[in-house]
Amino acid sequence: MKFTEEHEWLLAEDDIVVVGITKHAADALGELVFVELPEVGTEVTKDEDIVVIESVKAASDIMAPIDGEIVEVNTELLENPTLVNEDPLGKAWFFKMKPDNMADLDDMMDEAAYNALIA
Amino acid sequence: MSDLKQTPLYDLHVELDAKMVPFAGYEMPVQFPLGVMKEHNHTRNAAGLFDVSHMGQVIITPKSGKLEDAARALESLIPMDVLGLKDGRQRYGMLTNDQGGIRDDLMFANRGDHLYVVVNGACKDDDFAHIQAHLSDSCDLQMHDDRALLALQGPAAETALSRLIPEVADMSFMDVKTLPYKDVELWISRSGYTGEDGYEISIPADQATGLARDLLAMDEVEMIGLGARDSLRLEGGLCLYGNDIDTETTPIEAALNWAIQKARRSGGDREGGFPGADVILSQMAEGTVRKRVGIAPEGRAPMRGGTPLFADSDSAEQIGSITSGGFGPTVGRPVAMGYVTTELAQTDTTLYAELRGKRLPVRVAALPFTPANFKR
Repeated sequence: MKFTEEHEWLLAEDDIVVVGITKHAADALGELVFVELPEVGTEVTKDEDIVVIESVKAASDIMAPIDGEIVEVNTELLENPTLVNEDPLGKAWFFKMKPDNMADLDDMMDEAAYNALIA
Repeated sequence: MSDLKQTPLYDLHVELDAKMVPFAGYEMPVQFPLGVMKEHNHTRNAAGLFDVSHMGQVIITPKSGKLEDAARALESLIPMDVLGLKDGRQRYGMLTNDQGGIRDDLMFANRGDHLYVVVNGACKDDDFAHIQAHLSDSCDLQMHDDRALLALQGPAAETALSRLIPEVADMSFMDVKTLPYKDVELWISRSGYTGEDGYEISIPADQATGLARDLLAMDEVEMIGLGARDSLRLEGGLCLYGNDIDTETTPIEAALNWAIQKARRSGGDREGGFPGADVILSQMAEGTVRKRVGIAPEGRAPMRGGTPLFADSDSAEQIGSITSGGFGPTVGRPVAMGYVTTELAQTDTTLYAELRGKRLPVRVAALPFTPANFKR
């Protein structure tokens, strides 16, 4: 699993990358009450806001971590946003994308580096 | 952060691992480890304890010794019937400006030989100066920074507080009483800002943490932060000063007509005689162009203050905006309030809010979103 400074995690599965937010980010946001996901088939660019999440407190955006195409979104989050608080690194993935360049993941933080960032 | 003030409960908040934020010039707890949603639900189901010590507590004492002199003096600044308020009772009110706008909203109580006024934390210094400037001939004013203010809110508030102070069980909504606790005097009102039954308790600053600990030791009571305070008051349809009402909104536009008693209205015994009376009384008679209403978004997306409202899905002309909103944990969906043109203010009118570039349907809704649970 790889991590970004925006508190997203990326997990490569063959030629697809699964993306979610870290437990640290989910804890900081508090209980989520709303999630808006991008449409499948959308071409996204790194740092583009593509997901809207709202906690009881405030709205935030999740950015595309890399360039690529959205190939699947986790519609379960639309009905059950608190899944993000319960299982941020597992069941509460947000979207899967087909990266333009899989090598974009190579320079990202591993778990140890991310833990050092949030320590 | 160093210029922020701390309330007498600051150390307790830190000990309870609160997330602290700047609010009204103070470092205040926005949430505790329980989290906003559970804090909200706990208050609706049991009892929540809130630190509202940032608010201003002002005592107005008539120099003549006759309370009616203080009452008449305060009536020159607020459109409420102060003279008719009985000993031991409290009312909601607001300071108005010459344009009929709202300088601040407040609670005022008749405590026998003086008036006790509670104003918003962010406005308290301006309010004090304003009241002082107009009332100093007839009254002595004192701001009680030496006292903390706690609110205990929820259906179990009476059970919890009456274990320590049995007399509170006999109070009705908007009663005020001075009651002893240990060696100090508490100024208690049966009121609050959540739509639930409950109390606000003024206590000398150095005793506040002790009382809070005594209450928190009870199963019914949890400490609650500003986050849940906001979602509770929003579901309760209660205005947040600075968002839903301000110097640009009149009490009539804000649909607070009920707070202006008959004695101060046109044809009343003491008609007018408060700042902006010409504007406010004529609006009362003729209506206003816009009005504050509840807004129920039809989808799941919360809509916050500043979201523009439109009559239909493509018209260019904005007909209002949301002034505060968010997710309502008790109703399980987003809730909001805002101002719309009066012809579109009928309950159940469908309007459109523009959120992230999309027009989403909302419905004009009756307030409150959750029924008030007061002990009348």
